[in-house]
Amino acid sequence: MSDYTWANAAEIAAAVAAGKVSAAEVTAQMLAVIGARNPTLNAFTAVTADRARAKAKAIDASPDKSKLPLAGVPFAVKNLIDIEGLPTVAGSKINRARKAAARDAVLIERLEAAGAVLIGALNMGEYAYDFTGENVHDGPSRNPHDPTRMTGGSSGGSGSAVGGGMVPLALGSDTNGSIRVPSSLCGIFGLKPTYGRLTRARSFPFVASLDHLGPFARSVRDLALSYDAMQGFDAGEDAACVDRPVESTTPFLEQGLSGLKVAVAGGYFRQGASPEALSALDIVAKALNAGSVEIPQAHRARAAAYVITATEGAALHLERLRHQANDFDPAVRDRLLAGAMIPSTLVVKAQNFRRWYREQVLALFKDCDAIIAPATPVTAPKLGQVNFTLDGVELPVRPNMGLYTQPISFIGLPVVAVPLPLKPLPIGVQIIAAPWREDVALRVAYALEKMGAVAAPRPELKT
Amino acid sequence: MNDKLEVFIDAAAAALDLPLDPAWKPAVKANLAVTLGHAATVTEFALPDEAEPAPIYKA
Repeated sequence: MSDYTWANAAEIAAAVAAGKVSAAEVTAQMLAVIGARNPTLNAFTAVTADRARAKAKAIDASPDKSKLPLAGVPFAVKNLIDIEGLPTVAGSKINRARKAAARDAVLIERLEAAGAVLIGALNMGEYAYDFTGENVHDGPSRNPHDPTRMTGGSSGGSGSAVGGGMVPLALGSDTNGSIRVPSSLCGIFGLKPTYGRLTRARSFPFVASLDHLGPFARSVRDLALSYDAMQGFDAGEDAACVDRPVESTTPFLEQGLSGLKVAVAGGYFRQGASPEALSALDIVAKALNAGSVEIPQAHRARAAAYVITATEGAALHLERLRHQANDFDPAVRDRLLAGAMIPSTLVVKAQNFRRWYREQVLALFKDCDAIIAPATPVTAPKLGQVNFTLDGVELPVRPNMGLYTQPISFIGLPVVAVPLPLKPLPIGVQIIAAPWREDVALRVAYALEKMGAVAAPRPELKT
Repeated sequence: MNDKLEVFIDAAAAALDLPLDPAWKPAVKANLAVTLGHAATVTEFALPDEAEPAPIYKA
């Protein structure tokens, strides 16, 4: 019997479709790996084993399994995404009192319709206000390349589960960098689509005007396969979801770099970067023969995103702050309390700036197709590490891991985070495209993967 | 600045009916100072009066 525990989603789907292995066998193998590794990595907060076995059995019995693009592919979701029968905890203690979700999130339904098999819920920073992957209630998710180090957050369990070989595919959310930061620290690929592209229906929010959902995987093809399966308008509960036709990306992955102009973001996006982050960026820039570009006022974009996040997040949690303040992670509570006190005039100013900045950045895409920038300033810090030094300045880790991701998600641009398998720890680079051009970011990432410049390194785990 | 911020935090917590354990105040103050600093980074960049905010309501 072949071992599918480090196989990509595309490989598993092809093997299941061809009858080389059953979905039930793949599920059993993955459940065994989760049982062995999760006590160390703490990526899963719930394993839906019975459900997964039943779904796998149904796939095996399906006469259409050869047509399912994700036949028998196990996946897991950040625990802010609704799973029928479980309360959607969003990394919190408070939400454990919520009623069990009556129905799966739309994105789970779409992945399962494509043949994928939900296998569990994943750890995350409380209410997604986090870049570390640490959680005071559930314990930290741990980095598969060194379990004494952070996964990054807030989708820390998603990074750990995919990077640690417990699932080939996971979903997470990204408000200011929460897909791209753990992708970087855990050495995997992540896609934050255009704002409004993938429906957030039946997921727990954080900052409505900045929240995105997206996939993590160990190959670009897997990102594209899952992203294509999740596209499509949803008129239901997500007011931001845009009514656009499905624009499949998988057919265009192999078109190569011909005709594409790529530029490296300078200025702000090199300030504070560690030698590892710059080395990763230079490898990618060289592979892409990239020019250079200056994203104007990026530091103010990050500042404005920070203000909007603090205040919209505080608005979401206002009643919980008033009545259940002691039940929050203290670090989250104190940030939200401060956010609740910010005068609204400053928030409107941040939103004025947002429109101005969007126009400036969109103009850059007249001269290039993709922009590259570091994903994180450093490789994975130690768990519990409070501060780090960037360009000689000591700064808190928790809000500053997203220095380079925040100015991009601020205006909703699609990004693929690609991993550089550096030793001893991986680090990621962002491939940023114009709105609705996920196909371009994925195509560039695929070309880099084929060149061997980027890859998800297999961790040396004892179990 | 620091004293003014403490007065502001006490007044805002009372006006907004937010609980504020004295032990939390240093961290709330530090977070508020950082967030106001970011807000200043935004507001010091002059935009024309006609600049629209990003979210546009559509009837």
